[in-house]
Amino acid sequence: MSAPAIPRAVRERTLLRSLSLVIVGGLLIALITGALSSYRNLQLAYGGYYFAALAGLTVLAGLSGQISLGHGALMAVGAYTSGLLIGNEGWALVPALVAAAGVSAIIGIPLGLAASRLRGPYLAGATLAFAVGLPALADKFPSTFGGENGLTINPSMPPSWLGSNFALERWEAWIACACALIVLFVLYNLVHSGVGRSLRAVRDDEIAASLCGLHVGRNQTVAFVVSAACAGLGGGVFTVVNQLAAPGSFQVQLSLYLLAGVVIGGLGSLVGAIWGAALLVFLPNWTTDLANSFSLSTNVSHNLPLAIYGVVLIAAMLLWPSGIQGGFRSLGSWLWHRRGRRSRSPGAPADRPSAAS
Amino acid sequence: MTKFIDLTLSGISDGAIYAAVALALVLIWRATRIVNFAQGAMLMITTFIAYAVIGAGASYVVGFLAALLSGLALGAVTERVLIRRVEHAPPLNAVIVTLGLYTVLVAVAGMIWGNTPKSFPAAFSLRGYTVGGTTLLFTPNDTFIVLVVIAVALGLAAMFRFTSLGLQMRAAAFAPEVARLLGVRVGRMFTVGWALAAVAGAIAGVLVAPSVFLGPNSFDPILIGGFVAAVLGGLDSPPGAVIGGLLLGLALSYVSGYEGSALVPLAALAILVLVLMIRPSGLFSAAQERRV
Repeated sequence: MSAPAIPRAVRERTLLRSLSLVIVGGLLIALITGALSSYRNLQLAYGGYYFAALAGLTVLAGLSGQISLGHGALMAVGAYTSGLLIGNEGWALVPALVAAAGVSAIIGIPLGLAASRLRGPYLAGATLAFAVGLPALADKFPSTFGGENGLTINPSMPPSWLGSNFALERWEAWIACACALIVLFVLYNLVHSGVGRSLRAVRDDEIAASLCGLHVGRNQTVAFVVSAACAGLGGGVFTVVNQLAAPGSFQVQLSLYLLAGVVIGGLGSLVGAIWGAALLVFLPNWTTDLANSFSLSTNVSHNLPLAIYGVVLIAAMLLWPSGIQGGFRSLGSWLWHRRGRRSRSPGAPADRPSAAS
Repeated sequence: MTKFIDLTLSGISDGAIYAAVALALVLIWRATRIVNFAQGAMLMITTFIAYAVIGAGASYVVGFLAALLSGLALGAVTERVLIRRVEHAPPLNAVIVTLGLYTVLVAVAGMIWGNTPKSFPAAFSLRGYTVGGTTLLFTPNDTFIVLVVIAVALGLAAMFRFTSLGLQMRAAAFAPEVARLLGVRVGRMFTVGWALAAVAGAIAGVLVAPSVFLGPNSFDPILIGGFVAAVLGGLDSPPGAVIGGLLLGLALSYVSGYEGSALVPLAALAILVLVLMIRPSGLFSAAQERRV
């Protein structure tokens, strides 16, 4: 049986709300990037592709309660796809990025089929194997994937109608943010669709959900494939922004970074993915500054971000499982209750990943 | 044909390593229903400790013992400090905590010893046996590996079967409430389970280090192999873990020999997915299959 039908008015409201969100966001970004320095624009571009991957990962965790450690590797699939298509085949930007998302989605199908049958630790283990194994393929087929050095492409120049003074970094920020907004739009609608609802039902009580006639496996596969496509799009943008796709960028650590970003933002929260992306962009800079000001050795400074991500993962799970966005949410509800002078105490941060907001 | 025999033999010694790591994972799964993704990093740290001890001039045996003791301590502390606090939380939380521990340990090892892999001494000669004029890839050190892992497996089996501690651990794992009513200190049994698992992992680390070199990430494929082997065996059966380890070692050795070592983790993934599709409860599990 298919996902439950949602009243048309609700469906249209969701669509309208997300569309207006995307349009407002796009306009804001278009304006803000004009005021930012080229370095900040580049950071915004990094944030854009991280957001795409994080949003896919967090929605997967929030909706189906599953953790994928393969999203770093799925980013690599997207990155190499767009690198090969733009660099070798001379494709234009947009079709190459679409292809990056598409190829990652196709790779995501067998993983998603496995995901629909695997629970928590099994899926994490299977996707961990994927993350460890995939970067080695670049060495296995050096003539195609460029071995350790990876693939380099020429920067994609801003179109001429933007004027000759339009900075490359600003254009890259536009590309990355446009992709991030598309991801936001798709995932927001997925979360509030029938598929999203049935996934949440499956997550909370699998047996009850299947007794209600929900097709558990199919919905979970769909969620995984969409999530994989988002990561692939993020990876495609990665190549465009950095002009490089190399195995060193997509080691298993990347998947752990992504997991840390999702957890600190709040598992399952799309807004939390923005916090996570900010963390992934700024933390390496902060730790480099920290290492410089304390003149730490290179061994220490190279591994400092990794250590911080690990501590963040543990501390967040032990102390604050709902992440930053969960914190804001309970703060908001506390303020709301205070204003209404209600005696009910604010809800404690939820233990389990909550539904995407 | 010589190549096939070589691959089979080296598959047995690789399989012994996977079996030891799988045993560690199974011990922890049985005790606390958690897959310890930090296992690979824990055995990496204990092996680095052995490396430091040996580097300081101590003998191989002292280094080995240092790895075992530090594994014992690391496992027990991890359970007491981190795992106990997520035991009753949703399973996802425990997965994330062990991944966080993995991340921290890899970073700490990188900070102390750097990210360049180091060579680690072997217990016995790494020169293959010579049979009828041809030199096999199987070395005296491989014999040592296989014998040690067999001893570990038999020792664990005997402990679970014949000692009071083993009985209490089984009781704590299968019926915590009843065991607690009968006076078993369930929490302590979980700590012991984690400590024993970390020791089994530490043994695997020291045994495999000469052939993979020692770096913060060099044991990731070993963890994957151990995990797949444990799942092959059903994740809660120690004999299953040993058989699963050997089967996986053989399969991956053929893949590595005929197709190149780059494909090994992906081949492990393929085997894992296939097994889970066909028999979700593992090949040797007595536990009832999960029904949806």
